[in-house]
Amino acid sequence: MLVAEKSSPHYTATRNPCKLCTPLGAALAFSGIEGALPLLHGSQGCATYIRRYLISHFKEPVDIASSNFSEQSAVFGGGDNLKQALANIRRQYDPALIGIATTCLSETIGEDVPGILREYAQQDGVGTLPPLVHVSTPSYQGTYREGFHAAVKALVTALAGAAAKKIRPLAQTINLLPGMLSPEDLRHLKAIVADFGLSAIMLPDYADRLDGAQWTEYRPIQPGGTPVAAIGQMGQAVATVQFGHVLALEPGAGQQLAQACGVPLASLGLPIGINATDAFLTALETISGRATPSAYRAERGRLVDAYVDGHKYVSQKRAIVFGEEDLVAGLAAFLAEIGLMPVLCATGGKSGRFREAIHTAAPDLAREDIRIEEGIDFKTVETLAAETEADILIGNSKGLHLARALQKPLVRVGFPIHDRFGGGRVRHIGYRGTLRLFDRIVNSLIAQRQNTSEVGYFYM
Amino acid sequence: MTKFTILPERQKQIHEKDGKSFAISCDRHSVAGSVSQRACVFCGSRVVLYPIADALHLVHGPIGCAAYTWDIRGALSCGPQLHRLSFSTDLSETDVIYGGEKKLRRALEELIPRYRPKAAFVYATCIVGLIGDDVAAVCRQVSHTTGIPVLPVHSEGFKGTKKDGYRAACDAMFKLIGTGSVDAVGPHSINILGEFNIGGEAWLIKDYYQRMGVEVVAVMTGDGRVDDIRRAHGAKLNVVQCSGSMTHLAERMQTEYGIPFIRVSYFGIEDVARALYDVAAHFKEKTTIMQKTRALVKAEVERIYPQLQVLRRDLAHKKAALYVGGAFKAFSLIKALKQLGMQTVLAGSQTGNADDYALLAKMCDPGTVIVDDANPMELAKYIVEKQVDLFIGGVKERPIAYKFGIGFCDHNHERKIPLAGFEGMLNFAREVHATATSPVWQFTAHRKNCDNALTKAGVPC
Repeated sequence: MLVAEKSSPHYTATRNPCKLCTPLGAALAFSGIEGALPLLHGSQGCATYIRRYLISHFKEPVDIASSNFSEQSAVFGGGDNLKQALANIRRQYDPALIGIATTCLSETIGEDVPGILREYAQQDGVGTLPPLVHVSTPSYQGTYREGFHAAVKALVTALAGAAAKKIRPLAQTINLLPGMLSPEDLRHLKAIVADFGLSAIMLPDYADRLDGAQWTEYRPIQPGGTPVAAIGQMGQAVATVQFGHVLALEPGAGQQLAQACGVPLASLGLPIGINATDAFLTALETISGRATPSAYRAERGRLVDAYVDGHKYVSQKRAIVFGEEDLVAGLAAFLAEIGLMPVLCATGGKSGRFREAIHTAAPDLAREDIRIEEGIDFKTVETLAAETEADILIGNSKGLHLARALQKPLVRVGFPIHDRFGGGRVRHIGYRGTLRLFDRIVNSLIAQRQNTSEVGYFYM
Repeated sequence: MTKFTILPERQKQIHEKDGKSFAISCDRHSVAGSVSQRACVFCGSRVVLYPIADALHLVHGPIGCAAYTWDIRGALSCGPQLHRLSFSTDLSETDVIYGGEKKLRRALEELIPRYRPKAAFVYATCIVGLIGDDVAAVCRQVSHTTGIPVLPVHSEGFKGTKKDGYRAACDAMFKLIGTGSVDAVGPHSINILGEFNIGGEAWLIKDYYQRMGVEVVAVMTGDGRVDDIRRAHGAKLNVVQCSGSMTHLAERMQTEYGIPFIRVSYFGIEDVARALYDVAAHFKEKTTIMQKTRALVKAEVERIYPQLQVLRRDLAHKKAALYVGGAFKAFSLIKALKQLGMQTVLAGSQTGNADDYALLAKMCDPGTVIVDDANPMELAKYIVEKQVDLFIGGVKERPIAYKFGIGFCDHNHERKIPLAGFEGMLNFAREVHATATSPVWQFTAHRKNCDNALTKAGVPC
């Protein structure tokens, strides 16, 4: 039995982390590029552990190469290993792009990755190289969220720079920077944008690669993803739409496209809940010049109807929401609009922008007595449980032990979901995604009440 | 177009049994860019020590190593659950600049009074040495102030392979051995090495030994306890499973304490029976042990054999591929599959040595592919070319099988049911049967298209 943590002195060690390391985010982002292979410059374990972690969530093959440092490379530099890795990846995978992310090891020894890549490109007989996109992701700096967005920015910087002088705008084409959503969310997003008559360059897009069909023939790299050529055209889009209130406060790929290529940026919160989805569809109306299609008005109608039907189950209930900052901020805004108070918003990240992001996402919460904690771990969250008196937990599956200790239901969202089936098919966004989330939350509270009662109610 | 590439540097690590002389290259650092299924030195140490349930396991480094190994194994404990928490010094940029020793010391001095572990293991990860931390010195100081053994585990990821991590773990445990009282240890006593109590397997095995009249002093490390390990030098025999991870410790105990060791496996009827008989034979002066062992094996086999025969009907003549961590497990699995009427056509491991592979080659039929430190593409190539019906492996191998519509059996750290022992053999057969006979394969693309797409591409199907 896992006993709930009671006392709350400060601990120097992180106990049960509520975050993942930076290279994981970069590897995930690179996995959303068509034909691309991620390569981690460091020890073999980093690539393998991250593969295993991603596979357990997505249930799909995830190939991530490693430059596999030896003792010698740690002393004299890993340049030769990196070059050998590049050559072997090209032989085995013939990739359309190689995304090279560093690790704590290569960063600590001060590896000059751009220099090594230049040397590699100048070697005799190297042939026509695919783009080699490098991103610096030391795991002692930031979390997987930072690694993800740094990789997206590196891709844009490396590939969309050529279109800096916006030659010819691509009519009705927008850039979409969705952040770390599920493959199901990404598919839904593409459908929404298409319904406005827009075509989207979505970066990254692992919808098919990390939730694909059976193989009819062997593909070293699963099909799907943002085409490399499309990234090159991002500077010509009519607008960029990005999600995430923390991301909005950072100089990311969207800002880069705005500054270098003059592509206007619409920075929105994750479209979870009615207000945030309204904002997203309004932005699409403005960009496309089209009214929201009637199907979405009908979806919105059903969602409002469900909110009304279900409000008594959630009203004045209290939630602990945890995980990646932008997802937590998006969920907090959604919970605020249904009257389920996110009494503790927690993240292991330390962007320094978490509180501001939550208050931007849900201005009403600024007046509420809620705790917003960044740089926190699960054990510390547990110590705050007494005062939070939460009814429900909403976050990734690593909250299981916490939920058991508190004997409260856990609604699994985001990444990772290692203890339930279909992690890649959890839908969070849009009216439809919100409705599904709302149903799940209401049902969890109902189930909790039913299960903890001896009566065995037929009607709840 | 289906295209499989075997890297030139990898070719010597793959052997297709052809009746000629056997040669395979192994015990090598993984090839850069190959996408090895192996992890690193840290992984080797972490998996071996993880099941010690009343020890504090503190990972010294940035957060990744601790996050990815949090509660990673299904290694059960009947008591303390401390091993299931994830502790990390979570080094940040300033620590990398100024060093992490103070942080490490503070972390230990806060955690030890709070969790009252019987010992603490401190895992050094990649950057610890590079930033100049003297982990051993901090461990000594903290051991002095807290009064418990605080043991450094030199598991920097890049300093070798997973096997070196096993070695580092053994060295850390060796420091504990010999520090406890052996007064109560009897003459017919053993240590179980290399059994990690995944899904309660160590409990099954321990129960067999107890029924035989053999005393188990320490299990290293399944459902492990620090105090048991401290008195492990009192045992009269070390019984080593998963030889890759624990032979080093057994050898050190033989040299230091004169304890002989035997190698065993608990997977499959044949091997588990052999293990129990070998232990009984070691204590031949006490004849009741062998008598009880015979009775035990007879009773267990009689119980499961009829059920195995029923399952066998649907499995006979199917082809299996297996890719596992240690080669020793592969031997047992090949025999267990044979028992079910199945043929192994691909056998590989992450950490096998030359002797292991030679034995593997001897056990397999001609045409079987033997591979050391494989990557996803090699595994895909051979499961397609050898027309496999079943793949046995771990989390990273599973999607390769499933994408081709091939049945899969998890034989890794995450399994929830025991696959060891007699009971485990029945569970294993049921697992294999459940995947092999599922009706879902009728819909899978690869099997349906076998006759066209792949044959057109020149791949036999």
